[in-house]
Amino acid sequence: MDIEPTFFDSPGAGGIVGQPLDRVDGRDKVTGKARYAAEFPLPGLVYGVLRTSEIAKGKITRIDTAAAVKEPGVIAIFTHENLPKLAKTPNTPEGKKAIGAPMGFLPLTGNEIHYANQPVAVVVADTFERATHAASLVKVSYEQAQPIASFLDPKAEIFDPQKVQDGKTDGHTRRGNPKSALAASPIQLKATYTHAINNHNPMEPGSTTAHWEAADRVTVYESTQGVTRTQQALSEMLGLPRDQVRVITKYIGGGFGCKGSCWPHTPLTVLAAKAIGRPVKLVLTRPQMFTSMGHREDQTQTLTLGATKEGKLTALIHEKTSTTSPWDNYAESNSKIIDLLYECPNFEATYQLARANVMTSTFMRAPGEAPGSFAIECSMDDLAAQLGMDPIQLRLLNYAEKDPSTGKPWSSKSLKQCYARGAELFGWSKRNPKAGATRDGKYLVGMGMATASYPVHNSQGTARVRLYADGHAVVQSGATDLGTGTYTVMTQVAADSLGLTVDKVRFELGDTRLPTAPNSGGSVAAGTVSSSIYMAAQDVWQKLTKLAVQDKRSPLYRAKPEEVTNEKGRLILKNDKSKGEDFAALMKRLELTDIEGTGNGKYGAGYESGMAASAADSGHKDDAGQHSMHSFGTHFCEVRVDPELGTVRVSRWVSVHAAGRILNAKTARSQIIGGSIFGIGSALMEQTVRDDHFARYTNASLADYHIPVNADIPEMTVEFIDEHDPYINAMGVKGIGEISMVGVAAAVANAVFHATGKRIRSLPITPEKVLNAGIAS
Amino acid sequence: MNNFAYQQVDKPKDATAILRDDKQAAFIAGGTTLLDLMKSNIEQHSQLVDINLLPFKGIEQTSDGLRIGALERMSDVGESRLIVEQYPAISESLLLAASPQLRNMASIGGNLLQRTRCGYFRDPAFPCNKRVPGSGCPAQTGDNHNLAILGVSDSCIANSNPGDLAVALIALDAVLTLENAKGKQRRVPLNSFYLLPGKTPHKENVLEPGELIVAVTVPAAAHARRSTYLKVRERTSYAYALASAAVGLDVQGGTIRSARVALGSVGAQPWRSPEAEKVLTGAPATEATFRAAAAAALRGAQPREHNRYKVELAQNTLVRALTNLTSA
Ligand SMILES: Cc1cc2nc3c(=O)[nH]c(=O)nc-3n(C[C@H](O)[C@H](O)[C@H](O)COP(=O)(O)OP(=O)(O)OC[C@H]3O[C@@H](n4cnc5c(N)ncnc54)[C@H](O)[C@@H]3O)c2cc1C
Ligand code: SF4
Repeated sequence: MDIEPTFFDSPGAGGIVGQPLDRVDGRDKVTGKARYAAEFPLPGLVYGVLRTSEIAKGKITRIDTAAAVKEPGVIAIFTHENLPKLAKTPNTPEGKKAIGAPMGFLPLTGNEIHYANQPVAVVVADTFERATHAASLVKVSYEQAQPIASFLDPKAEIFDPQKVQDGKTDGHTRRGNPKSALAASPIQLKATYTHAINNHNPMEPGSTTAHWEAADRVTVYESTQGVTRTQQALSEMLGLPRDQVRVITKYIGGGFGCKGSCWPHTPLTVLAAKAIGRPVKLVLTRPQMFTSMGHREDQTQTLTLGATKEGKLTALIHEKTSTTSPWDNYAESNSKIIDLLYECPNFEATYQLARANVMTSTFMRAPGEAPGSFAIECSMDDLAAQLGMDPIQLRLLNYAEKDPSTGKPWSSKSLKQCYARGAELFGWSKRNPKAGATRDGKYLVGMGMATASYPVHNSQGTARVRLYADGHAVVQSGATDLGTGTYTVMTQVAADSLGLTVDKVRFELGDTRLPTAPNSGGSVAAGTVSSSIYMAAQDVWQKLTKLAVQDKRSPLYRAKPEEVTNEKGRLILKNDKSKGEDFAALMKRLELTDIEGTGNGKYGAGYESGMAASAADSGHKDDAGQHSMHSFGTHFCEVRVDPELGTVRVSRWVSVHAAGRILNAKTARSQIIGGSIFGIGSALMEQTVRDDHFARYTNASLADYHIPVNADIPEMTVEFIDEHDPYINAMGVKGIGEISMVGVAAAVANAVFHATGKRIRSLPITPEKVLNAGIAS
Repeated sequence: MNNFAYQQVDKPKDATAILRDDKQAAFIAGGTTLLDLMKSNIEQHSQLVDINLLPFKGIEQTSDGLRIGALERMSDVGESRLIVEQYPAISESLLLAASPQLRNMASIGGNLLQRTRCGYFRDPAFPCNKRVPGSGCPAQTGDNHNLAILGVSDSCIANSNPGDLAVALIALDAVLTLENAKGKQRRVPLNSFYLLPGKTPHKENVLEPGELIVAVTVPAAAHARRSTYLKVRERTSYAYALASAAVGLDVQGGTIRSARVALGSVGAQPWRSPEAEKVLTGAPATEATFRAAAAAALRGAQPREHNRYKVELAQNTLVRALTNLTSA
């Protein structure tokens, strides 16, 4: 490892990092001053509305826009017959790759219909209402074909993909000799788990506002988790140099992965704006959100485990089958977490896909880890029950001291402490070892737990710090704040790194004109951006040190730069702290109004190996370092099951995680609470229902797609285990956005099993399934 | 959603006259469900007649019971002391419905005229006999997990009014006061107001075109004072029922003197169960009686593939409601 400075040994730290600072953007949000992507008033702004298809498969034979164009205020209607051409489309594999598009098809490029609610026209009018009205008058005739609804459709053809997850994961992997190991195991458990379709449903829908400032220069206000990724996609599609496409995202109302890529509505809006020569805004409606920005795919997984009589795992065999779109081999990679969570010498994973008339599924909070953990953590619970062993005991027995999937040592792992602290906070020792034996009046009470883990992906980013002699600083990075607190934690990091108080720091993000940063996704933002800022601050200090040691009037004159350090805004000698001066004094004396530093923050394997990753991407070459890098944690859940009414309510919750340095105790706690609620939703109620015959959703609204409400969520206890990890980045931060929901559904299901003695392996666990489980009351 | 005109009226006659002359016009009260239907192009109206200024207000004790103006808000009615004390099932049904924001906007009349949540009905891309007569009913074999099992037909299995209030009102013998374009008022018991789907699922009630709901009256009774509403759903709040039960009992010396039973979300309409009431009346207030009543209530159930669980759930819901009422 090289000798980059790290926050651990930086004496500049003023103790602000880690504090439960209130959100620096909180006031702007509650007063409405914070502008979300769809809230930029531009002169001459007009409104785009999508008209989408009624059918899921077939051809458009005719689009009649005659009535619609005659409506007052209508400016243009774009269909596949008149949409201007793009330089590149994702419709070929090469085009898709260059664009980095999530789906290999752009609507309005032909007359084919591949999925229900595929956009067939963009109606532009002077008001949203007029555009909406006109869209309802566009008549589309189709030649209809029978769609395939899912991998369960008898017409579906199941195939073995070479790669899934857009080429990131192998379709088949094997370690050791799992089949023979299984055959030789005294204990063999095989279970099948099924998952409903889930939609991200962030509070803020996707939107695009496109403003062409010149014929070859466009600014796009976009609700995206990554301004750079959107810029890249648009510059490829439009055939424009990167710097002529500017993307701005100042605030986001949640994304959970659906805003991690550039989806069709964005280029369609940009093209419409260009064609009519006015800025156009298009906001997806809530029903359109279900078919416009991906979803978590419907899937089934079968996990077979072999174990010794004592409970040591001998083999794990995982098979997943899921639905994908007509063009893409997307499946979230469930097997990765199963491969590494416990020590097991033999492992095999197989993915199978079926093409159906659906839009492409995409990453959704903890992609792969969320469903994968459901399978392994329920199966481990089954194994514990079969052995009559405590579930935590079983996990400790199979504790992986190094990463079983790669054989590498962990960069840090504090899972044992998480188990111990979680058990203590939860009162696990009071759990009756017998399932179905605890009653409270009409309720069956159950306690369950599960392990969580999430990788530290390889990524990197850049930041710029400008420190002014008057004692304030502007800090910039082209990151995005999903609403999780990026503005706040980065302000804290900058303040500590510069020796300033938080009120003297302004952090700016969400603009491709700023230094490039990766998507806020894959839990990389906190680690990457914070270390970029820290490095940029160190750049400033190095520049100041050089100036000081050359300045005769400085107490540091003629000191060697490496002998100088900084503390609370002062440059000082390492071995004589009394010798030194304030940066402001130095700058004023030298008549410097400001000084600028830049930093490159690496995160994950790239940090350890020194390897560079694309500043806009993450998740490639995660294993390039010598260590395996992951956060770990545990969730503990108590449920009350009403066996007669079939309802399951979570009554207590404890999460304990170890994720390196925690940047802000308050926003971190909120992240874990949010992720846990997200997971409880997937466990108990979230499901998008696709009709088998029409391949069309029957509940695409928030009245019918249920997410938890306050009354579903008890008081939640969240704690973090202090963890010092020097291998992951200069800040020692691992990221917590996704681990917060890994294992959650399993903890709930395990609690339901403990309450009732019945195992429900199909998510969500609805009253119908509880009633059908045949619980003796 | 299409373009539409809007006007506010302050006399019932003006309101009904507009609808008499314009078949595409509609009344709007709280607008909480009408606008959703219009946004999805399920209903397309030429104009909306805002009736909020009409004098259909008041929550009063009358000589023979309770009178609620059709324009009273769900929240006010649910929290009314008179109703909490004398007609608890009505209050509970309102306070367990929707969300506080919706209840603050939504009116009693509008609540009784809300339409099914059947996913096929709610999206014009699907066929649906209720929306487009004769187009078919994909719910018969499709996603019917929260549709009805009682009073259904081969044309439609929707729970036409999926709400809560109507269940409590039907149980407690509520009567509607209606007024037509001629200014003539008539009274219709709620239990005969709603129509079963049969072959005409698009005909949901006996309201004449342009007729207004003026008020709801509920007779005072011992079984109204001792009544309750139980709602089962997958999340704790802000969801329609999978099954619900409104029950009222007059128990004296352990024997049930009179009983009122209605079920929600399982009937093609809010489902009064004379069969259950017959079992209960005169019988001891025991679990065995309640079970027998529940079995009687569901005897005619015609479940489909995904709503079979409702046969058991509805019975258990009814038993639980009766148990809660008698153990309280
Ligand atoms: C997300 C969501 C969740 C909900 N959950 C529940 C629930 O759990 N339980 C429940 O019971 N309900 C629920 N509702 C339905 C809610 O109760 C109704 O939307 C509300 O009661 C309708 O009242 P309104 O005044 O807003 O009606 P409007 O939307 O104004 O009107 C509805 C219909 O009634 C007609 N109308 C209104 N008043 C009169 C009148 N006096 N005379 C004649 N016609 C009239 C209108 O023309 C229209 O056709 C929910 C609604 C939503 C949107
Ligand atoms: S059940 Fe009724 S409302 Fe639903 S699709 Fe069938 S006809 Fe339409």
